[in-house]
This record gives sequence, C-alpha cells and structure tokens, in this order.
Amino acid sequence: MDLHLFWFALLGVLLTGYAILDGFDLGVGILHLAARRDDERRVLLNAIGPLWDGNEVWLVTFGGALFAAFPRAYAAVFSAFYLPFMLLLFALIFRAVSIEFRSKRESAAWRRFWDGAFFAASTVATFLMGVAVGDSMLGIPIGPDGDYTGGVVDLLRPYALLVGVLAVATFAMHGSIYLHLKTEGELQRRIHGWMWRTFGFFLVAYMLVTVVTLVTVPAATRNFTRLPWAWVVVLLNILAVANIPRAISKGKPLGAFVSSSCTIAALVFLFGVALFPNLLVSSSDPAWSLTIVNAASSEKTLRIMRMIAFLGMPFVAAYTAVVYWVFRGKVELGKFSY
Amino acid sequence: MLGEAEVATAMDAVLLARLQFAFTLMFHYLFPPVTIGLGVLLVVMEGMYLKTRDLHYEAMAKFWTKVFAVTFAMGVATGIVMEFQFGTNWATYSRFVGDVFGSALAAEGIFAFFLESGFLAVLVFGWDRVSPGMHFFATVMVALGSMFSAVWIVVANSWQQTPAGFHIVGVGSAARAEITDFWAMVFNPSSVERLVHVLLGAFIVGAFVVLSVSAFYLLKGRHLEFARRSFTIALVVAALASLAEVVSGDSQARTLATTQPAKLAAFEGLYRTTPGGTRLTVMGFPDTAEERVRGEIAIPGLLSYLVWGDWNKPVQGLDRVPRADWPPVALPFQTYHVMVGLGFVFGALTLVALVMRWRGTLFEARWLLWTFVFAVAGPFAANELGWVAAEVGRQPWVVYGLLRTLDATSKSVSAGQVLASLVMFGVIYALLFAVYVFVLNDKIQHGPDEPAAPPAATTGRELLAAAGSLAGRRGESLTSTGGAAGRAGRE
Repeated sequence: MDLHLFWFALLGVLLTGYAILDGFDLGVGILHLAARRDDERRVLLNAIGPLWDGNEVWLVTFGGALFAAFPRAYAAVFSAFYLPFMLLLFALIFRAVSIEFRSKRESAAWRRFWDGAFFAASTVATFLMGVAVGDSMLGIPIGPDGDYTGGVVDLLRPYALLVGVLAVATFAMHGSIYLHLKTEGELQRRIHGWMWRTFGFFLVAYMLVTVVTLVTVPAATRNFTRLPWAWVVVLLNILAVANIPRAISKGKPLGAFVSSSCTIAALVFLFGVALFPNLLVSSSDPAWSLTIVNAASSEKTLRIMRMIAFLGMPFVAAYTAVVYWVFRGKVELGKFSY
Repeated sequence: MLGEAEVATAMDAVLLARLQFAFTLMFHYLFPPVTIGLGVLLVVMEGMYLKTRDLHYEAMAKFWTKVFAVTFAMGVATGIVMEFQFGTNWATYSRFVGDVFGSALAAEGIFAFFLESGFLAVLVFGWDRVSPGMHFFATVMVALGSMFSAVWIVVANSWQQTPAGFHIVGVGSAARAEITDFWAMVFNPSSVERLVHVLLGAFIVGAFVVLSVSAFYLLKGRHLEFARRSFTIALVVAALASLAEVVSGDSQARTLATTQPAKLAAFEGLYRTTPGGTRLTVMGFPDTAEERVRGEIAIPGLLSYLVWGDWNKPVQGLDRVPRADWPPVALPFQTYHVMVGLGFVFGALTLVALVMRWRGTLFEARWLLWTFVFAVAGPFAANELGWVAAEVGRQPWVVYGLLRTLDATSKSVSAGQVLASLVMFGVIYALLFAVYVFVLNDKIQHGPDEPAAPPAATTGRELLAAAGSLAGRRGESLTSTGGAAGRAGRE
C-alpha cells in the first residue's frame, strides 16, 4: 500500500476509534443532566469512569499522528481553528476536572456545579469537533504557503454549525445506548426513553445534513464517480441507522450499540472519501490545498512510523481489550467509584 | 521586508506565544514529575505487599494510588494543551520539525499514552476486580508508561538543543528538517544525559511529596505505622536520586561546553573568554549592558576543572558568539544557580535524615520533620527552574542554530487571539489549581484506610481467571494462590 495512503487510512482509523469510543462518553456527558438523583448521576459517571481517559488518548494519538505524518496539514488546521480549538481544549480540561472532582465532596451545591460543568463541557467539545468537520468539508481559505488567511467568523458558517449539531445528536444517541447496556432497573427503563428521543433527534439531524451536503457541497460526492464502491458504504450506513430502532424495539441494546458504532464509522469514512486526496481544501485556490502528498513528512519518516505503528497496534488492541473486559457488565457503585 | 511597526507587532505576537507556552508548560510540568516519581514508589510499595502480604503496604499502595490518580488526571488534561499548542501557536515550527518529531511522537502516543491510560483504570478502579498479581502488573505498566512518555518528549526536546541525524530540505520559510538517521536523532548528543536528569528530578519530586505528607502525619500523630514506612521508602529513593542528580548535572554541563557553549556561558555569566583557568561563579547578578557579573562570588579555575578536568584550560565565553545569537543571560544564570543550589540542599537534607533514621532518632526530630513538610516545594521549583534555564538558554533559537524563535510562530494567529487564550488559560488554570490543592488536601486529611479493616474479597472467579491468564504465567499462579485465598490465609 502506498505510504501516504496508509497514513491517511490510519488517521481515519484513529479518528473512527476516537469518535466511537470518546463518542459514547461525551454522549453520557451530554445526557448527564437528564439523570435526576445524585446516585443516578454517579451511575452515569461510573459507567464511563475507568474508560474516558483511555478514550481521549485516541484524540491525542490522532493529533500526534497528524503532526508526524502530515506536519503542514497539522500546522494549518491547528492554527486556522485557533479559537475553536482553544475552546475545545478548555472544554476537555473542564470535563476531565469535573469527572474527577465531582465526587470529592458531599455538598449538593458542589456536585450541581460540576454536573453543569460536565454537561456543558461535553456538549461544547462535541459541537466544536462537529464544526471543525463541517468546515473541513467546505474548505477554508488557505494561502500558498499553507497558512490560514481567514478569520474566526469565516469558520462559523451555517453548514459547519449544522454538522456540529449532528455531532451532538450522534454522540447523545450513542451515549444513551451505551448507558442502557451499563445500567439496570428503574434508571435503565428511563434511559430506554432517552434512546428513542435521542434517536429521533439524530435522525432529523442526519437527514438534514445529508440533504444539505448533497445539494450544497458538491465536493462531498466528487470521488464517488472514481470510487463507485463508496456507495456500498452509503448503503451500509443507511442499514446501520435503520437497525438502531429495530434493535432497540427488539430489546437488543448490544445490537443497537454496534449499529450506532457502525453509523459513526461510516460517517467518518464518508468524510474521508469526501476529502481524499486532500487533508485540508483551500477555498482560495484548489492548487493550495494540502494533500496527502504535499503535506506529508518524508518517505523515510513515514516508513519508520509505519513500523512503530505495526509494532504498537497489537499492544494497543490488547490493553484496550483488557480494560474493557475488566470493566464489563453493569455499573455497581462501590468503594472505588466516583 | 517587514516595516518597523510590523516587526513590533510580530514581536508582541511571538512574545505572547512564548509566554503562553511557558505558562501552560510550567503548569503542566507540576504534575508529570509527581506521577513519574510516585509511579516508582507505588511499584516498590505494592511489590513489598505482594512479597510480605503485610496489609500496611497494601494500605500504602492504595492511598498513594489515589494521590497518583488525581495528579495524573491533571497531567492528562494539561498535557493535551501542549500537544495542540505546537500547531495552534507554532505552525512554522511544526512544519520545520514535523518530520523529525514525527517518529518520537508516534512512539509516545502508541506505547506510552495507551499504556498509561489503559492500565491506570485497573490501577485505580481495579482493586476488587482483578487479582493482586494482575493489579501489580498494571502498576508496573503505568510506572513504565509514565517514564516512557518522558523518554520521547525529552528526545524531541533534546533534538531541538543538539540536532542530529537530519538534513535540511527547502529554503526560507519553507525549509524543514528531514530525518536521515533515526537512531542518530534519538541518541543525539544530549538526549541520554538530559533524560537521566529529567527522570531523576522526577523521582526526587515524587519522593518529596511522600516525605512531606508522611512527615505531616508523624507530626500530628496520625497513621503512624503508615507514615513511618512511607517515609522510609521515600527517603531512600530521595537520597539515592539526589546524589545521582548531582553527578548527572555535572556530566550534562560538560557536554554543554561543546554542544551549546553560548548556553553554558549564560548559565555561568561568562561574558569574556579569558586565558588560563575559568572561575566558577557561585552567585552574582549578571549585567549584560556592562558585560560583567555584579557582586560576584567566584572560585578561580573551578569551572575549567569541572568542564575539562584541567584547572588552566579556558571555557568559552559569550564573546565567541555573534551578538545576534546571544541568549538572555540573567534569567538562565539565576534559574540555573538556584536549581543547582537546591540540588545540593536535597542531597544534604536526605543524607542527614538517612543517618538519623539509621540511628533511630529521625521520627523524634520534629524540626527535621517540619522541614520535610515544607521542603516539598524545593524539588518542584528545581524542576521548573531547570527547564527555564534549559529553554531560555537555547534562545534566540527554537531549534539550536537552525530556526529562530522569532520565525517559528503561526502567522495566521494574531497577538490579540493569543492574548485572549492566554488570559483564559490563566483563569482556568488558577481554578484548576485551586481545586487540585483542595482535593489533595481532602485526601491527605482523610488519610489512608486503616489496614485492620477486613479485606473486600468479593471478586468473581471468572474475572480472576481471565485477568490471570492475561497477565501470563506469573499472574496465573498468583491467581490460584493469591487474591481471596491468600488474604483469607493470613487472617
């Protein structure tokens, strides 16, 4: 496989892994305030407690891999989205802090404050990531030397904001299904209702974004003539979305979770197909777009890193599996819980 | 060419970006040394527990794991900021070093981050979910992972100090370094020595944290057995690391004389190269306008001896470096000197305490225990100051001799934007720090759970078996004899 393509694909894998894994714990954060009692909120937090930290590492690794494999794209993306990414950072910091610190005091006011912070931070982080994806779909003004030439306002376009809403809807749905798997009794029955409502929210956002994309973003389907098999992914995407309500009503939350994971994977994949072979489209002049060739590190570096990735991936898979295995099953509040 | 006004704005933007980087990095660096140092101590404590099955060691491991976890969360939260910031504020730098840093960062991400974060979950939440053997394995992995992170970060930073194994492609603002020799990049002239220095510095921090809290308990008459044992283990680690750190610092300074002479000259306040032996300035106030050190106290010839092993061979001063390439002198000079001074204090303090511990008088010496309660600030300061000296001493270069700091920032980010984010970081980090101190204080006031409580051994058998088989042969044998059965046997 071509080295550049390999790294493009690996970035896709990392982004998919991140979106699926941190997706459910961000989703739990988005839904956090829907749980009313303190013990319910504790159950929600402990459902993701041992996992969110490791999930966030996928983002760190995605950032690192982008820096390493495509430094020009990393430099352009991160400096272009300066304020949004700073806000994203603040949100992620707040999120981490509120998870860790909520449980440290019994006081109701203390807990209410961190509950609010946890909800707001999760929602804002998800929304901003969606906005960044939306902007990347549209392309942003990049100059000939790979530097962003626009301002903050140029990033707040309706389409990008709409994708942000889709991201929030998707993760909320994903998180509610995850919670259904991890809870029992009365709380689980209520979460059953959340699944339906968030699915409805997702479905509306999903269809809206699909239509708007097809009509106003021609670049999104540009590659489909060249890669006709990409239609298979579209079809699988639709099947996965359709299977979510089916699995929920049949009482198979695991099936629903797999389906929503597949939905997320398909969306990331279609995002990749829309970009390829660009990493960042310049709306000023297509010739200034940052591609997987002109933004890449040297072949030697890409080759060394591919070796590191091959060596490391089995370990990553193994210890991710160990952690999920150890913490499988329903949430029980115990001595070591939040 | 840029007009005068534009140069001024560019400098403002660069200065703000540097301030933000320094602030966020120094804040971040409060936490990794604690986790690296505590990680080692956790391995020792839990290892002692597995060996002796003494529940005091288990209580110790559990308590310090809590401190570790809170600190680790802070490290992760503030660490993501650092990774983003290369791209957000230092786009030109990122393009320049991307090819070289790529491999180091990829290795860190894959081996270190996943290792730490994955096993940390087992460490913190897994006490009653996996067998003691599996838990110990997770502790070792977390300790290794946190050190591994340091390895790759220090390799990347050392490459900025002493670049090796690369060639330059392109010219002007499009120039970038490309790897030609991976191992030459990893083992560049300063990386091993600096890594040793950084790790030892972290061990000292971790050990002094334990010393401080334990001394506090001893003074207050709380958790005495716990405090005595924690104190002793940490004291041995602190003493060994402090002594090793002096040796490590000395060897680093010698390398500096050949790799970054301008930095060493700044550290020592050496404006002029003089024939014969060069003096070692113990203290003083460098004045760059007059090119001399005011109020200087110096030992003749000692620097020459330390660097070259020859009392009469001169050490190069700043006069051998073009003026445009001079680093600031006063800041690196003072931070370096305070760091070195603190290093000797740690050595002396821990040696005195070790002797008294050996003679059995340590825990009655209240003045010394009070000293240890507050001495914890010293290693934090020394670690931060050392980094300030190392990074400011590298100026005006971001990559020594290759890329100037002034040319390295993101051109699309305005000074106003950086100011806005800097203020936000100031507010958020102040809040973060307050909460951290508050929570840490809570944990310390609560103290360890007394080991007399009956152990909660309610873990499902299939879990133990699964964990055991994953941990390998060693884990399996521990599973069959350890865990609930082992504890029950002791009761």
